[in-house]
Amino acid sequence: MKKTYKIEVDCANCAAKMEEAAKKTAGVKDANVNFMTLKMTVEFEDGADRNAVMDNVFKACRKIEPDCEIYYKK
Amino acid sequence: MTKKQKKNLIRIIVSAVITVGLMFLPFDGLLKFAAFLVPYLIVGYDILIKAVKGVINRQPFDECFLMTVATIGAFALALTSSGDYLEAVAVMLFYQIGEWFQSYAVGKSRKNIGELMDIRPDYANIENEDGELEQVDPDDIDIGTVIIVQPGEKIPIDGIVTEGNSVLDTAALTGESVPRNVKSGDEVISGCINLSGLLKIRTTKEFGESTASKILDLVENASSHKSKSEKFITKFARIYTPAVVLSALALALLPPAFEWFLTGNGDFLKWIYRALTFLVISCPCALVVSVPLGFFVSIGNASRNGILIKGSNYMEQLAKAETVVFDKTGTLTKGVFELTAVHPEKINETELLHLAAHVERYSTHPIANSLRNAYPDEHDSCAVEDTEEISGKGIRAKVNGNIICVGNEKMMAYAGAKISQCEHSETVIHVSQNGTYMGHIVISDVVKATSKEAVQSLRQLGVKRTVVLTGDSRKTAESVSKSIGIDEFYSELLPGDKVEKAEQLLSEKKSGGSLLFVGDGINDAPVLSRADIGIAMGAMGSDAAIEAADVVLMDDDPLKIAKAIRIARKCMRIVKQNIWFSIGIKFFLLLMVAVFANMWLAIFADVGVMVLAVLNSIRCIRNT
Repeated sequence: MKKTYKIEVDCANCAAKMEEAAKKTAGVKDANVNFMTLKMTVEFEDGADRNAVMDNVFKACRKIEPDCEIYYKK
Repeated sequence: MTKKQKKNLIRIIVSAVITVGLMFLPFDGLLKFAAFLVPYLIVGYDILIKAVKGVINRQPFDECFLMTVATIGAFALALTSSGDYLEAVAVMLFYQIGEWFQSYAVGKSRKNIGELMDIRPDYANIENEDGELEQVDPDDIDIGTVIIVQPGEKIPIDGIVTEGNSVLDTAALTGESVPRNVKSGDEVISGCINLSGLLKIRTTKEFGESTASKILDLVENASSHKSKSEKFITKFARIYTPAVVLSALALALLPPAFEWFLTGNGDFLKWIYRALTFLVISCPCALVVSVPLGFFVSIGNASRNGILIKGSNYMEQLAKAETVVFDKTGTLTKGVFELTAVHPEKINETELLHLAAHVERYSTHPIANSLRNAYPDEHDSCAVEDTEEISGKGIRAKVNGNIICVGNEKMMAYAGAKISQCEHSETVIHVSQNGTYMGHIVISDVVKATSKEAVQSLRQLGVKRTVVLTGDSRKTAESVSKSIGIDEFYSELLPGDKVEKAEQLLSEKKSGGSLLFVGDGINDAPVLSRADIGIAMGAMGSDAAIEAADVVLMDDDPLKIAKAIRIARKCMRIVKQNIWFSIGIKFFLLLMVAVFANMWLAIFADVGVMVLAVLNSIRCIRNT
């Protein structure tokens, strides 16, 4: 299950760090952050609760990049 | 400008004004330090916070950390000896100016590219029970719903026109500026703009599967396939920063320690200052930003020209094009066959066309279409039964009880009919009835107007070998190849043979170059994926081709191949310039630090190189 989210982040390096952080989060199979289009694509593991996983992804990203934003709530 | 950019710009201006003002005030000692701390904190507080957070999260080596250490070091030096507080503030100020510019430039090109690809439909109109128009989310429209597109609106979903005549602007999709006429019964694709009349369209796809959505998806995900250069930059940044911090530490401690050891008196302050300068210079932002920006802008520029490139990695391959292999029908030729001659034996011309048209009644092959068109009254009372397609040969069917075979020479051998040769070099379709030869029909495919020019411009770009692969006869392949200037041709190939030939050509090319295969996406998906770069053309609406190809040409103009190569070359040239320019300047300055250190010069170099590299990347948007 893949899903793309809009994000906000300032620099290319920060985007790369967000990608790393998202990849390490439990329930995430793979993640890709595209700095140019400001999109984060997350591939979830089977049966993962998407919103719960995204909460953790967001927390992990905030930790390394305090002023980033991920728009994942409807 | 975003809110954040505005806020940062204000911070920069306020801080700069205060700093300039402080230079004229007669403060001294600690008071001076405290005064300069104000503009420093205004412009740099977020950097300091990020650096501290980085240390807490055990990921300390980033730009913020470099800047924090360098500026705090400069303050410490000013406090203990020089009294020059301006330096620390200036370094932070210039760093932020650089960051601001970079964010503005990236935002600007993001917006430009977004406007170029403005094909995303926001809503669809449907008629509700009262006969009034209602705007709904295109995601909620089921297949087979009739939607209404008013003049000036975008077609949201692929479908078939059921009512109305109009003219469509397809420029955003194909780069083609001539509008297209549509009438009832025509297929239309999403993303086109309806220019003149009201259209009622019965949808044939869901929104997510429609052309506009697919294209946007493709373009937006393109820069996720990272190129070698981009991967290199990521890796480079990862080992670079720690290496720089360690070198700076060594620079600060080792030379003075050595001096002290020799003379008993080391100038530690001088070397700490040099180490800090070294830190400022070595910031890698020019590379980290400009390289992905170059790819992004180039991919956007290509999409504007109707060339969809699926990833930055394909840019590299495209730029190295050495062999270009073409499929013939539908790629170099229009794929629409026209009748050139009818040579009947035993029966008259009309009867021969009549028989052929009947046998081809159920076939979708381009040849079948043209044979049906050649005999307009095909839907008569004749009984056509037991139609059977014989792969690579032709079609057999029972017409009014007689077994009719239509196809190539192999088909006639299979039917047991003795053929008479034809002097025409075009495609010859033979017809037999119950094993007796009835004559042949000559049809020819029309070469596209731009095919010859396309091959010429490829040659000008340094493509060494052009090859045609076709299932058609030797005679046809030869005459087409000759007329447009193709080097080699391989004819009478089955789809499987094409893959084999492509592999052979792949093994024959030099290791540095790449092999491009250009096809129309029908029957050649295996070759498209086997080639270094598979280019599908005229692929609007053909999902299989979009899936298998690396580059998709939205219209069917072969000239776009050369255009794609030119865009890719320009992109690679600019990316390489940026890599070498940034690394070169930095390296040169790092060496300079050993003899001559000035933090002002260092920050100028850092921000300057970044601005130049970013501006250079933005050049990719201009047409080549």
